[in-house]
Amino acid sequence: MVSVTTTAKTKGSVSRNGDSTAVSPGTLKDELVAYLRQDREKLRGEWVQAMTASDHLWLDSLTSAEQQLEPVKIYDACLDCLESGNYRGAKEFAERMARRAAVGVMSSERFLGGMLKLRDVYGHSLFRRFLKEPDRLNDALGVFEPVVNQILVIVAMAFITERERVMHQQQEAIRELSTPVLQVRDGLLILPIIGLIDSDRARQLTEQLLDAIREFRARVVVMDITGVAAVDSKVANHLIQTVDAARLLGTTVILTGVSPATAQTIVTIGVDLSRIQTVGDLQGGIDLADRLLGYRVIAADPVAAPAPGA
Amino acid sequence: MPVPILAQAPYLIASVQSALTDADLIGLQNGLLDQAKRRRCRGVVVDVTALDVMDSFSTRTLQSLAAMLRLRGVETVIAGIQPNVAMAMVQLGLSMPDVRTALDLDEGLAYLQARPHGSAGRGQ
Repeated sequence: MVSVTTTAKTKGSVSRNGDSTAVSPGTLKDELVAYLRQDREKLRGEWVQAMTASDHLWLDSLTSAEQQLEPVKIYDACLDCLESGNYRGAKEFAERMARRAAVGVMSSERFLGGMLKLRDVYGHSLFRRFLKEPDRLNDALGVFEPVVNQILVIVAMAFITERERVMHQQQEAIRELSTPVLQVRDGLLILPIIGLIDSDRARQLTEQLLDAIREFRARVVVMDITGVAAVDSKVANHLIQTVDAARLLGTTVILTGVSPATAQTIVTIGVDLSRIQTVGDLQGGIDLADRLLGYRVIAADPVAAPAPGA
Repeated sequence: MPVPILAQAPYLIASVQSALTDADLIGLQNGLLDQAKRRRCRGVVVDVTALDVMDSFSTRTLQSLAAMLRLRGVETVIAGIQPNVAMAMVQLGLSMPDVRTALDLDEGLAYLQARPHGSAGRGQ
């Protein structure tokens, strides 16, 4: 289909060069619109049939009421674009379909395939209409093709944009989930850090911590970095900034979970963490925090309680 | 606008109400040193809850104010730094390592009361 159109166009443009009585695009456009509108029932039937015949049956994923309605809406929207030169209608249905594709109800591949089929149906009908007049066919394609291309670009972009939006949303969700700030006792928060720390995440983590400190009126925070695989000077600097910011709110921060490998790296690369209070593991950190806050944990049943270090 | 200094024996409370000019800061410093001597107070809380900016000059003035008061045995607590102000200060490298801080006025006074009598400590 595409190759045929291209050939016809090349031939047409050669012949048109000598032809000064070309129809102005405006009237031709009106004629096209009138023609496609007049035959809309038939052409829409062809379109749905073409989609049914191929694998591009995105209609499957619609309710039966929508199956009747959507092809009509889309067909008319495309005609409106051709008539008015305004692509708001195309944008509107493209976004509507993209939202469905994003939630997994409809495959974007199928919908795009369906839109290409619609282009084919329009193209075929133009060929039939202007079979006897190659020059006018060329002019008609010249009017029709840019509009169709623009609509297809809009549809494709709507799908991409929607997918990006969903991905962004999910990333946000993962980021928020990945840095929980937990209250263990009155005045004591735990901040387990897992995964990579870049400057974005460090900033977000610090913001969350500071908000939590204010909300829970925390006096001590235990920051556990057992889950941080690699600590370089940048990461260490982020940690120091977080500790300093928390301190400005009057909170003491205890750093725990510095693995032997991390300790070696930190000292070897010459990062000074001596301003931060560090304890080996989370348990030790909570013990120290309890002492600072004036808590003492006593076994209610000394027989049942596990012996320390067991 | 000069900062009002409230006496809450044996402490002083300086409650910052609006953005501080350099003159206000110097006035605050003189006022606090003067009143701390006259009222023989043991601690000072500077409440900066209302501030949404802390620049290098105000940070340095507060730090030196704390150092001056410490020489007279008076402990200083800066209370109520907002989270976003704290973020900005840390990014500018103004982390006031030698000054005691507290979440709000309440916590600041609680810290001063919990402190054993005698000389002022060296922050945290």
